[in-house]
Amino acid sequence: MQVALFITCFNDTLFPDTGKSVVSIVERLGHQVIFPEEQTCCGQMHFNTGYQSEAMPLIRRFVEIFSQYEVIVSPSASCVGMVRDMYRFAAEVHQDAKLANEVALLADRVYEFSEFIVNRLGIQDVGAYYPHRVTYHPTCHSLRGIKVGDAPEQLLRAVRGIDYVPLNQSNECCGFGGTFAVKNADTSMAMLGDKIRHILDTRAEVCVAADNSCLMHIGGALHRQRSGVRIAHLAEILAVQE
Amino acid sequence: MKKPESVIIELAPRFEVGAKSALQNTQLRRNMGKATQTIRGKRAAVVDELSDWESLRVAGQHIKDDVMQHLDTYLVQLEDAITRAGGHVHWAKDAHEANEIVTHLIQATGSKEIIKVKSLTTDEIRLNEALELAGITAIETDLAELIIQLAHEKSSHILVPAIHKNRSEIRALFQKSMNLPDLTDEPKELAAAARQFLREKFMSVRVATSGANFAIAETGSVCVVESEGNGRMCLTMPDVLISVMGIEKILPRWQDLGVFMQLLPRSSTGERMNPYTSIWTGVHADDGPQEFHLVLLDNGRSDVLADSVGRQTLHCIRCSACINVCPVYERTGGHAYGSVYPGPIGAILTPQLVGTAYADSLPYASSLCGACYDVCPVRINIPEVLVHLRGKVVAEKQTQLKSWFDGENIGMKAMATTFAHRSTYELAQQAGQLAQWPFVYEGYIEHGPGPLGKWTAMRDFPAIPPQSFRDWWRERQRDE
Amino acid sequence: MSNSSRNAMLAKIRTAIMTGSRGDFHEAHTSVPYSAYDDGNVAARIELFAHRVAEYKAWVGHCTSVGIAQAVAERLMIRGKKRMVIPSDLPDSWLPKGFDFVRDSQLDRTVIAGMDGVLSGAALGIAQTGTIVLDGGAFQGRRMISLLPDYHLCIIRAQDIVGVVPEAFAQLATTRQSPMQPYTFISGPSATSDIELNRVEGVHGPRTLDVFIVE
Ligand code: SF4
Repeated sequence: MQVALFITCFNDTLFPDTGKSVVSIVERLGHQVIFPEEQTCCGQMHFNTGYQSEAMPLIRRFVEIFSQYEVIVSPSASCVGMVRDMYRFAAEVHQDAKLANEVALLADRVYEFSEFIVNRLGIQDVGAYYPHRVTYHPTCHSLRGIKVGDAPEQLLRAVRGIDYVPLNQSNECCGFGGTFAVKNADTSMAMLGDKIRHILDTRAEVCVAADNSCLMHIGGALHRQRSGVRIAHLAEILAVQE
Repeated sequence: MKKPESVIIELAPRFEVGAKSALQNTQLRRNMGKATQTIRGKRAAVVDELSDWESLRVAGQHIKDDVMQHLDTYLVQLEDAITRAGGHVHWAKDAHEANEIVTHLIQATGSKEIIKVKSLTTDEIRLNEALELAGITAIETDLAELIIQLAHEKSSHILVPAIHKNRSEIRALFQKSMNLPDLTDEPKELAAAARQFLREKFMSVRVATSGANFAIAETGSVCVVESEGNGRMCLTMPDVLISVMGIEKILPRWQDLGVFMQLLPRSSTGERMNPYTSIWTGVHADDGPQEFHLVLLDNGRSDVLADSVGRQTLHCIRCSACINVCPVYERTGGHAYGSVYPGPIGAILTPQLVGTAYADSLPYASSLCGACYDVCPVRINIPEVLVHLRGKVVAEKQTQLKSWFDGENIGMKAMATTFAHRSTYELAQQAGQLAQWPFVYEGYIEHGPGPLGKWTAMRDFPAIPPQSFRDWWRERQRDE
Repeated sequence: MSNSSRNAMLAKIRTAIMTGSRGDFHEAHTSVPYSAYDDGNVAARIELFAHRVAEYKAWVGHCTSVGIAQAVAERLMIRGKKRMVIPSDLPDSWLPKGFDFVRDSQLDRTVIAGMDGVLSGAALGIAQTGTIVLDGGAFQGRRMISLLPDYHLCIIRAQDIVGVVPEAFAQLATTRQSPMQPYTFISGPSATSDIELNRVEGVHGPRTLDVFIVE
């Protein structure tokens, strides 16, 4: 199978290791990765912050670039949610029937990474080995937005050597929320404080999620506190082998 | 543009400002945290009990869709049915008209006092203040409303207005205002004190006002859902009953109550059924008030109806499930929202009722975590409406000259231009990698410049790695 | 004022309906398969009703149709109630000797409030939610008598208990009169959750509720 990687501007720039891990896992499972180099940003930040007319060209651009691919995979649940749910909405409110049609054809072919492995490929064990204590934070967009269910946990539980500890009150938002994290910084930090407390309670060495954006927020506080707990995208754990 | 006085919204500070002071109140945070956790658990338990919950939600959504699409027809049908049953229907296009109607009706009875069932709609139009100006005292009879009224405070939750107060705070208040020095902080005793305090009013006051949870177009029946019995008292004991209802509260058919009387109690107080529900139709011979008035209130609702995305906001049955589950509300409490409608529903309803220009921080009072949408019994896609309203806020801002000097606006526009082409995007990536070096320490930025400083004031920011993913990819392609 | 506002409001609503339609709205009549009935197991239904009513901290007992008076006597003794208001049509056969039953024929509110309690029948019960519905019909009287006294002893016939909430509304639609009766749905004694969200029994309505299911 040919898999087009939608890396997202955020991961491309700040978390390249996540992308490298996705490539190595998908290839390890016997599929071919293509990286459409024209891609930049899906427009999520602009659209969700209210800069809709600024987001529209980015949305149209994304659809144009990715429409030709059969299977599109991305290591970001929130960007997948943007394409799958908000693009339709964007086309509706901007009364762009052509875009609406194109989005309808494209949306179902865009997968979040864990969803792709577990639901599309039907694989739980990707042959990973990771002898560390790990906890998992289900990000809001993966849990309630695109509803990946327990796919990430299935993948984690199948990792050899892993000491997987569930997170208390895991369904609660970490407080990131895109520009919310700076517009409502105090509230965001109060939410993050509780999330950090639950993470530290697990005594995990690594906190894993399906969105690096939330992880950056969580990791920013873990690092500021010199907690010694690291963050890692799910793919980065699954890429490690014996 | 509408004036903010038409709806209850204080000249409130921006949400983030109100939130900041609330966050510093540790007692408040403890009370709120405990209360919201309790109610979430209760709701989840009674919702999980119903295997057809999702079907009920869809049914609720469809019924409300239908209501909105035929609202004019149903309102006329309701008016007709109530009139035939001996009641009177009044139409009020805004708060001012509604208050005037209610005031005149009360004045016609000669009564200087009314008893009142908790009603958000009458809070929204600030009925109590309007009555006070006319020399009429409104006595709130719901326990929490009474607490708020005695404490001269404002509600912080639509269902449990005194959710921010704990038992010992309530005890102190009752000791003082009811002159009961020996009162303990046992909730049972506190409730008994309220019973005692209000009994005489129920027996003697001749006029009552209420809101309405539902009104049935088909039959002309009006429905009030409550717990304490103060509703039954107000709906049964007086001679005259005046109910104020938002036009969107209507349901087409009697049988629709079979859906909504499951959705509402389980979503709001987390009970299978609330203790008391009263349904009446016009006036009933020898039973209850012999004069009944229903005031139908628009007050901005038809503007919401006209907005295709915002319209679903009118589906709301004010159950407060979205508020209870909201992680933002849990931290800030209700007052930060500066409106009778706090939490997620407030964040979408208030800006639409008063105009986004008057409440432009509210659509941003959310991390878009989606917990509200998940619990909403009528499936209002709150995150979608929030994003829609953010779009309006920005579009409005951009028509003004001052947006030219607005850092966010400038930055967003610049980024959009950069992202529009691969070449500029890649250049920006490289520029970022280079420009950050003075700030990086062991892979993290702890004191960022400019807008990044807002982030790093509270948490560290990862340094941009020297090689982007696409650089790595290209290198790999070359090597192969 | 009223008439011009009415027309202006309706006109505005009509325009709004057009502009704000999303195109994919649903009709209320769209059939959505929520449960409209329980599984038809009558014994289980009655047991569930008793269980759910009791969960609201009401007391629930069973009696036979010939044993109502005796059951009432026992309950009133335990509760220590003597003077009870009753609807004007309550059958004599329900009333034990040795108590003071006062029939409500437009009694003054202060007289009713001064009673030890009220004894009434019910229109129907809902098992799923432990709810009693009063509609002012047979053996129920006007709303005031089941509201003012602090104690309510309610007698409900087993055959009047339905399974789920939609059934109750369907049932009530068949017994609807013109003009329509007022309805009161009662689920447990008066309660409030206003103090720290704990359900506390007893505010303005009857603080004690006893229920007999007549089989
Ligand atoms: S928006 Fe939904 S969840 Fe929130 S109060 Fe309204 S009906 Fe309840």
